[in-house]
Amino acid sequence: MTVAVVVFPGTNCEHDIVHALDLAGAESELVWHTDTDLSGAMGVVLPGGFAHGDYLRTGAIARFSPIMAEVERLAIEGTPTLGICNGFQILCEAGLLPGALVANRDLAFICKPVHLRVESTESILTRSATVGQVLEIPLNSYEGNYVAADLDAIEADGDVILRYCDATGRSDETSNPNGSMNAIAGITNRGRNVAGLMPHPERASESILGSEDGMVLIESFVASLTVPAT
Amino acid sequence: MTAKDQAPPHIQLGMTDEEYEHVIEILGREPMAAELAMYSVMWSEHCSYKSSRAHLGAFSADQPWVVVGPGENAGVVDLGDGWLAALRIESHNHPSYVEPYQGAATGVGGILRDVFTMGARPIAVWDPLRFGPLDEPRNRYLLEGVVSGIAGYGNAVGVPTLGGEIEFADRFSQNPLVNVMALGILQRDQLVLSAASEVGSLAILLGNATGRDGIGGASILASASFEEGDEEKRPNVQVGDPFEEKKLIEACLELYDRGLVEAIQDLGAAGISCATSETAGNGGRGMEVDLDRVHLREPDMTAGEILMSESQERMLAIVRPEDEAEVLALAKRWEIEASTIGTVTEGPQLVVHHRDELVADVPAASLADDAPVYHRPFERPGDLDEIWAREPEVPPDVDAAATLRLLLDDPAIGDRSWIWTQYDHMLFLNTVVGPGHDGSLLRIKETDKGLAVSTDGDALRTYLDARRGAARIVFESALNVAVTGARPYALVDNLNFGNPEVPEVMWQFVEAVEGMAWACGELDVPVVGGNVSFYNQTDGVDIYPAPVVGMLGFCEPMPERPPRLDRAEPGMSIYVLGPETVGDFAASAYDRIVNGELRGRPADVDGDAARHVVAAAATLAHTTPVLHDISSGGLAVALAEIAIASRCGLTVDTMPGPELFDETPLRFVAVTHDDELDTNEPHRRIGTMGGDVLDFGDAGRIDLAEATELFRNALPRRLH
Repeated sequence: MTVAVVVFPGTNCEHDIVHALDLAGAESELVWHTDTDLSGAMGVVLPGGFAHGDYLRTGAIARFSPIMAEVERLAIEGTPTLGICNGFQILCEAGLLPGALVANRDLAFICKPVHLRVESTESILTRSATVGQVLEIPLNSYEGNYVAADLDAIEADGDVILRYCDATGRSDETSNPNGSMNAIAGITNRGRNVAGLMPHPERASESILGSEDGMVLIESFVASLTVPAT
Repeated sequence: MTAKDQAPPHIQLGMTDEEYEHVIEILGREPMAAELAMYSVMWSEHCSYKSSRAHLGAFSADQPWVVVGPGENAGVVDLGDGWLAALRIESHNHPSYVEPYQGAATGVGGILRDVFTMGARPIAVWDPLRFGPLDEPRNRYLLEGVVSGIAGYGNAVGVPTLGGEIEFADRFSQNPLVNVMALGILQRDQLVLSAASEVGSLAILLGNATGRDGIGGASILASASFEEGDEEKRPNVQVGDPFEEKKLIEACLELYDRGLVEAIQDLGAAGISCATSETAGNGGRGMEVDLDRVHLREPDMTAGEILMSESQERMLAIVRPEDEAEVLALAKRWEIEASTIGTVTEGPQLVVHHRDELVADVPAASLADDAPVYHRPFERPGDLDEIWAREPEVPPDVDAAATLRLLLDDPAIGDRSWIWTQYDHMLFLNTVVGPGHDGSLLRIKETDKGLAVSTDGDALRTYLDARRGAARIVFESALNVAVTGARPYALVDNLNFGNPEVPEVMWQFVEAVEGMAWACGELDVPVVGGNVSFYNQTDGVDIYPAPVVGMLGFCEPMPERPPRLDRAEPGMSIYVLGPETVGDFAASAYDRIVNGELRGRPADVDGDAARHVVAAAATLAHTTPVLHDISSGGLAVALAEIAIASRCGLTVDTMPGPELFDETPLRFVAVTHDDELDTNEPHRRIGTMGGDVLDFGDAGRIDLAEATELFRNALPRRLH
């Protein structure tokens, strides 16, 4: 097994991320949420979707799925762990990333390409990108509005890796699609091996889909797999 | 208590005395309560097509690439190399008026089940919608509720919604139309049908528990007209659970993969009554059903309630006895409930027990096959000649800029992205041309095959001339898929009409069916399925006749870079193709918006010319950056849409003003760097892209920025 792609009941982006990982040259395997063993996984992805129907609160039930103890163990050991959209929400619920995702500012689902500025390359998701690089990647969420109590600490520590912006890289209220605090679109943990983002890099993985900008993020993750866990 | 509550049971259930007599004739006795319930739903308009069936024979599915025609849960066509596509369209009009969120949501759930019942993975959904004018608060509430219902269910169930189309007119105020089309793909060996033919096979009910929700929902609610106070029908609307459906889809697809299912049927209208009688009846068999085995949400339900419940997210799988354990284990793994509720018998009786009592013993096939067929009287509307005689007027010196300001601000013409950005339209990484274009284009990964879809309706034009209006919908949808590079391949229709007991409504229906059937014949497009929604009448007012089509296009190879509205660049030439204009303004956007009129007779279409135009568009799509169908608002609106999407102005040669707004069918625009278009289709160069103004020569000019602002805000400004 190289990359373990965790599938909860209600997950729906698992095949899409497998497709993008494949384009980046990484093998992956779907793992059902009741499994309890991820030994051999060089990386873990929690894909987008509606795990357990998003009932109660996004990620609130998924964090108690049997597989999550193993995901936490690997994450703490330093295994590259990526959460996309619903996966990001689950990682926050599980306490592997700081903050939470709440309903969008306009209380409507948003499915559209947005611009992101790379804020830091010190993460498994952005190591192959450059600071200041602007990427166009689709967003697809109702609860994509990032909030955190310890925002200043997150910023001071350099945990913010992606921020919503306009096509020129400027960030303001009009380029913030969902009301996220400080326009945060993606963050990493202090150990830099866990990352989460609301937009879907796998949806910008081929020019025929409108953009290939997501591949630099996918490739970063795949490049991280070759680095032994510390 | 009303008079209806004191009426005999069959009248309360919506049956006529004659229909009741016919049941007695079939059974040779008075029906028991549960039996009466079963016949009443199965013979309802919604389930039996009793008013329409006599006319639907006009449609032909006779083409070699049709694998499954009308009659199954979805039509299926062959794409070559073992690939098949399944498609289906349905309406959820009445439930959506009563409860817009759940009405629309369960419409999505139901159409998906129709498609994965065939063995296909659903890959996309479209939603053609019709509402009353948005200046009425109730209509805004309905639109917002329906859109969030579609988004809420479709996004969570994990099937992308690629748009649809929308129309606003006064007669939809009390009766919005919510249609939904789904497309699925499958390998030929995964195809599953609904006929249970092996005696001894087991019927396993999968999915949601059966509850009291939606009893008589689709069947009774959708088979009668509305009167004041019908909001009380809210409990008849089913409640959807997309999470349950997502698990059900995955479980069923794995059942097919493992070859564990002999036949399968989804539970929609009429619930268990329909699913058991159809699987048994289609296989020429019978079935013994034990309702005590059904997993229930409420334990004290009566036999009739269990049989009629329209609880969502349920499937009935017919399984060989030796596979039962594996099927139940698989269901458990996917965390869905399953219970073995019946056994296929030699037949022909469907025998149902509940609490050790016999509650039904009827010929299985009689529920579907013996439903009445009505030849309802029809009559040409008396005011039609007068309507045709009133010719729309467009002044020869029409001001293009002023007119465009009005048209681009119309919610049916302006930008609809407020709707489709709420839908996940990208999941599965197949969306090559998404919402906001004439047609959608999806790729099939690992092949060079592409599937295009366009949904179209035109209620106002169909009202003026049902035959021509309905035919033109077919031609328009054909052109819409052609401009993505696909050729029209199969069609499904959703026939939304008023009360069929009104002879003028029935006339509209018959004319429309014949017009559509003729157009499909001219294009060699098979009609592989359809849905009829009658009784769209409230307080005695019938809706405008609103047939809607879902056209599937197919291409192989895929265009390398399919045309998009946003691919025009400064310096490119603008061409117009297709027949010359004939002054077609009946039901045009111009007459509707500028004059506030609905009158005249829409132009006819030449079938030969249509075939040529559609073929030319499909060919040009493989080499041309922008192709765009000229429809509502005519050439001027088509050009404005290209300019707005491409953020690039344009200049066109002076032409007679009315020609800019003429809606003569089968015309389209091409924008390209090429000096000449490589086509035999008549065409002429009319202008050039560039600048930041839409310049129509002597007819006027408008700033691109202003046009964009009007276009983008047309819908949102009316909602907030």
